[in-house]
Amino acid sequence: MSRTDIQLYFEKIPTSEVEAFVQDPSCGAVVTFVGNVRDHTADKEVLRLEFEAYEPMALKELQKIADQVLSRWPVKRIAIHHRLGNLKIGDAAVVISASAPHRTAAFEACQFAIDTLKQTVPIWKKEIFVDGEVWVAAHP
Amino acid sequence: MKVELIAYGIARDILKTDRLEFEMNTGNSIAMLKQQLFEMYPSFRALASVKFAVGEEYQDDSFVLEDNQEVVIIPPVAGG
Repeated sequence: MSRTDIQLYFEKIPTSEVEAFVQDPSCGAVVTFVGNVRDHTADKEVLRLEFEAYEPMALKELQKIADQVLSRWPVKRIAIHHRLGNLKIGDAAVVISASAPHRTAAFEACQFAIDTLKQTVPIWKKEIFVDGEVWVAAHP
Repeated sequence: MKVELIAYGIARDILKTDRLEFEMNTGNSIAMLKQQLFEMYPSFRALASVKFAVGEEYQDDSFVLEDNQEVVIIPPVAGG
């Protein structure tokens, strides 16, 4: 059985299925990070988000993150699912789940995975406001 | 020579297309492509970063481009 599960898709992310992939009898810890769509950026009300990806490369970069996690921490399995397309407030954009015999590795793996994802994976997000829209992080 | 530029996110908005045949006047590295692209589309200069990918991998400025190569413009990413 593969130790990584990397997926990009447009449907709602089934968090319990992401967690089920990493479950293992040897693991006392499963940590899951869920990144949700927030209703405000600074003090502006966000109506919805649009995500797009350069999909083949995004999958490769996500796989690199998962492989780095397995080489750096005693993590048994890691799953990263990222959603694309139109998302509403409260929808999960990303779910990362990691299992390990003990909690420290699982926590650190999730933190590393989401931090690195935000820096390297070619996924873009547009915030739609009442009075306009903006590509997140595009400008300094 | 020319390269095929593929644009996502704000790069697509700046180019006003997701695919563009781009004539390269001089040199053939990504550094030269970047310089010419920024001259033609100054809006790129305002971005926090502009990276390039060939073959689904990030490539640095010294990467030598080939005729008809597909080059993907990667504006600042914002996953998660």
